[in-house]
Amino acid sequence: MTKSDLITNLAARFPQLAIKDAELSVKAILDSMTEKLAARERIEIRGFGSFSLNYRPPRLGRNPKTGSKVEVPEKYVPHFKAGKELRERVNLLE
Amino acid sequence: MTLTKADLADLLFEQVGLNKRESKDMVEAFFEEIRTALESGNSVKLSGFGNFELRVKSERPGRNPKTGEDIPISARRVVTFHASQKLKGTVEEEYAGADA
Repeated sequence: MTKSDLITNLAARFPQLAIKDAELSVKAILDSMTEKLAARERIEIRGFGSFSLNYRPPRLGRNPKTGSKVEVPEKYVPHFKAGKELRERVNLLE
Repeated sequence: MTLTKADLADLLFEQVGLNKRESKDMVEAFFEEIRTALESGNSVKLSGFGNFELRVKSERPGRNPKTGEDIPISARRVVTFHASQKLKGTVEEEYAGADA
């Protein structure tokens, strides 16, 4: 399922709304989630899961082309943990 | 502060102009559509944000940490999320910005 499939499905669920409204809603939700993570904060969606950030300490890496050492600065990477309902519904053997 | 479904519903009310009821239902439907797709074995690709994918894990040996008893961890299907380059980049940039 792609973003445009998601928009189409949502539009079908809300026949009273314009397709544009479903499109703007999807965009608003994803933009807001992105901003929240960029601000180094958590997202917690009951029944779906939570998004947080994992810390990666600075390390010495190598430029694979030249072989020279490069300092890779510390950073945060997004992390998702599925919530109970999602975990149970997705598991084949529930 | 943690972002919740209530915050997202407020946002749709204010920015998209849905009414309160529609805003709440839209947020619920958004996540339900993703759950339904994953449940039926389809991955979900949200460009600019990330992909939700399914992984099948076979049975592996485990242990009850309390009793030390050996119990197999059954085969299961799990969801993994891979942030897009764009989301990763935004998160890193903001951090570099905050540091400067």
